Amino acid sequence: MIEVKNISKKYGAVQALEDVCFSVREGELFGLIGPDGAGKTSLLRILATLLPPGSGSAKVDGFDVQRDYRMVRRHTGYMPGRFSLYQDLSVEENLAFFATISGMSVKTNYDLIRPIYASLEPFRKRRAGALSGGMKQKLALCCALVHRPSVLLLDEPTTGVDAVSRTEFWDLLKKLKQYGITILASTPYMDEAGRCERIAFIRHGRILQTDAPQRIVQAFPHRIHAVHSGDACRLLRDLQQWSHLHSVYPFGYYAHLIDRRDAPPDTVTDEITGFLAQRGHTQVECRVIPPTIEDCFMNYDCP
Amino acid sequence: MNTVIHTHHLTKCFGTFTAVEDLSFKVARGEIFGFLGANGAGKTTAIRMLCGLLKPTSGAASVAGFNVFTQSEQIKRHIGYMCQRFSLYEDLTVAENIAFYGGIYGLSRKEIRLRSEQLYARIDLAHARHTLIRDLPLGWRQKLAFLSSLLHRPEIVFLDEPTSGVDPITRRQFWNLIYETAEEGITVFVTTHYMDEAEYCHRVLVMVAGRMAALDSPEALKRQYGATGMNEVFLALVRSEQP
Amino acid sequence: MKKLFGFIQKEFRHIFRDYRTLLIITGMPVAQVLIFGFAISTDVRQAPVAVLDYSRDVETARLADKIFASGYFRFAGALTGAGAIEPAFRQGKARMVIVFGNDFAQQIQSGQGFPVQLVADASDANIARLLTGYMQSIMADYLQTSRSFPQGVIPETKMLYNPGMRSVYMFVPGIICLLLMLLSCIMTSVSIAREKELGTMEVLLASSLRPVQIIFGKVIPYVAIAFTVGLVVLAMGYTVFRLPVAGNLCLLLGECLLYILLSLSIGLLISTVTRTQQTALMVSMFVMFLPAILLSGFIYPIANMPAPLQWLSAVMPPRWFIVIIKNIMLKGAGLAHVWKETLILAGMTAFFLTMSIRKLMVNG
Repeated sequence: MIEVKNISKKYGAVQALEDVCFSVREGELFGLIGPDGAGKTSLLRILATLLPPGSGSAKVDGFDVQRDYRMVRRHTGYMPGRFSLYQDLSVEENLAFFATISGMSVKTNYDLIRPIYASLEPFRKRRAGALSGGMKQKLALCCALVHRPSVLLLDEPTTGVDAVSRTEFWDLLKKLKQYGITILASTPYMDEAGRCERIAFIRHGRILQTDAPQRIVQAFPHRIHAVHSGDACRLLRDLQQWSHLHSVYPFGYYAHLIDRRDAPPDTVTDEITGFLAQRGHTQVECRVIPPTIEDCFMNYDCP
Repeated sequence: MNTVIHTHHLTKCFGTFTAVEDLSFKVARGEIFGFLGANGAGKTTAIRMLCGLLKPTSGAASVAGFNVFTQSEQIKRHIGYMCQRFSLYEDLTVAENIAFYGGIYGLSRKEIRLRSEQLYARIDLAHARHTLIRDLPLGWRQKLAFLSSLLHRPEIVFLDEPTSGVDPITRRQFWNLIYETAEEGITVFVTTHYMDEAEYCHRVLVMVAGRMAALDSPEALKRQYGATGMNEVFLALVRSEQP
Repeated sequence: MKKLFGFIQKEFRHIFRDYRTLLIITGMPVAQVLIFGFAISTDVRQAPVAVLDYSRDVETARLADKIFASGYFRFAGALTGAGAIEPAFRQGKARMVIVFGNDFAQQIQSGQGFPVQLVADASDANIARLLTGYMQSIMADYLQTSRSFPQGVIPETKMLYNPGMRSVYMFVPGIICLLLMLLSCIMTSVSIAREKELGTMEVLLASSLRPVQIIFGKVIPYVAIAFTVGLVVLAMGYTVFRLPVAGNLCLLLGECLLYILLSLSIGLLISTVTRTQQTALMVSMFVMFLPAILLSGFIYPIANMPAPLQWLSAVMPPRWFIVIIKNIMLKGAGLAHVWKETLILAGMTAFFLTMSIRKLMVNG
């Protein structure tokens, strides 16, 4: 449904995208994961035909984004990163407007947006500017869906939205799957990767890896030791002194440590526990855990 | 406990709408205090009151020993503030931004020079001092913004979603800076949407619909809600209070 | 067509919801016409004039009576000597002094000469020029009526199209011209820049709307508003200032419409190259509006400008429109007389519209 081939884009001296290739299958929920400035927005804007690629080509729903841009526009719904609805218009006015500019009425595709719109219905007379962050995103999604596109391009739909609304938003995207809509969503939140069927890591304008999140996790070449002690701050500093250290980073309650050696996990665990006890740490916990997506992403910085 | 923030039944109404209701808590010197809540839960309003930018409707609060009702000017001099949306001037260089922040807090030129050298050394930014902020990667920008807000050695620093959109490694470096700052005895008051970051806080306050829904250490909260991570705690709290 | 209609409907919602701006847009022209019409008038009325009379005879009294009966001048006192002239100016007691020489009556009657000197306070050059002009015509009139002065032919002047020399006749067309420009240009450029600022422009461009549809959707509501405002100003000129429309009203309105379209297309072009509402406003003001005032011939006559400025004024739309509107309103000219200016405006419109559509298309 989406095919990106060797796309590069430069802004002046800045290489925003470099030789980007990936494809999204029909009906897939695909995540483009990377921090701000990685090139996510540029890529999505190229796919939405708003930005010409520097080189390379891309097809959306079988149409070339440059040659057949009118067809691409007809078949995609695009939701930019910033909240981009008319703040001075009401919820229903916004929706009606986006329906008419595609030559449709809200009713035509109401079945598609009903699950999302249901929670907005009580506020349909309210101005869009007065909605909460989560509701704004839902309305923007409705507006992007109202012409029944076959492809949805969502640029950071959950940025700046609280954890609860984020969860709800991904639930909604999952529900859209039954309509066969292909979704490409970008996000800087690594924990949202698990919500996608497949993901691509993007950083400094390059795609690092494309795969199903489970497979990325399975293919992770290291073992992660989750370590905790009573003094989290000192723990990190002490672990950095660990003689076989590959990397150590705080991950919430635990610190995630990767051992440089290929030693049996129990040995490493015992050694670390001993090492920390020696340095006066109490309540030491240390066990092997499966890696998270964030571990995998960070591993690209120190492979 | 050496208290630097103390609120007592703090309430703020906008017309008939109560944005913050009956907020009472204390924050100790050198504490990393997480301030969580859904969008529109009243976090920003509460922070603005504590920074002396907004007069509370009722209740009492003191920040760095000053009364938020009567001494907002003194409060502003003793706190640092960094927000995710606006922090540095994009069309000025690193050095110009630092000079500006030093200037508005009344530091002398000599102090500004001294402290900016310390700042460069701390985050290894000396090579980029004449770079425009807009050409600086986001991660550096956020670190620089944070340290600029510490330039005048405030007692408390308020960070409003400082790590939003920052890459995972830089996010952790940022938290490292937060830890160092707290160890220097500066209180860090931080909001975030990353729930793993909530775990790094000494204590966490969760706001739901303008009220304080929970206040405790992350461990205690997880135990209380039988959760494995702060994300679950947060979801449980927000969902239980919302219809 | 339905898409376009939906777009226009949305645009009107924006306009009417922001009633403050709407009020300014509609209230400003009315206020401006009133201000220009009543307050800022270059007509001479009751200007203080002092008299220094060395003759003190019947004829000087007759001429002075004539001067002060005209309504343009007011007697500000008699001076006793030449030394009193400057103090009178400095104290602001008089704007002009008439000096009658010795033996005025005798010289006039014998036809020897006309011993009169006019001394004007030229610290405000425009007014001084106006006053002397008025004064001279009164004196010429006096000389013709006094049969005793046969020498020379003094031409009779007749002011066509504006017999009363009223400045309203000058200002109302000028204001219509500038206001339509200001409103159309600023309103469109700001409204498009706002969509860019909000990010909604991205969504519109990514939708199946064509750039042409976006442009027309943006332009049509503002054409309607600007046109209404133009009508209001015309009607005010007619009712309040008795400003006639000598020519064909339909032709006049048609020309207004063309001019509005032109201003809108300039606004469009500005908005395609600016990013924020603020810059759009600044560019509209400084690049278009101010030069348009100064170079359009509205205030300063084009013929008096140095050549480079004259060329520059040729690309200012108001310069041509002011000619059109004056010709139609005051002289009653038909299309046959203003076709050249009309063609220029139409050409400019086509040029700017294509430019902005192409600018919008570039991304596609």
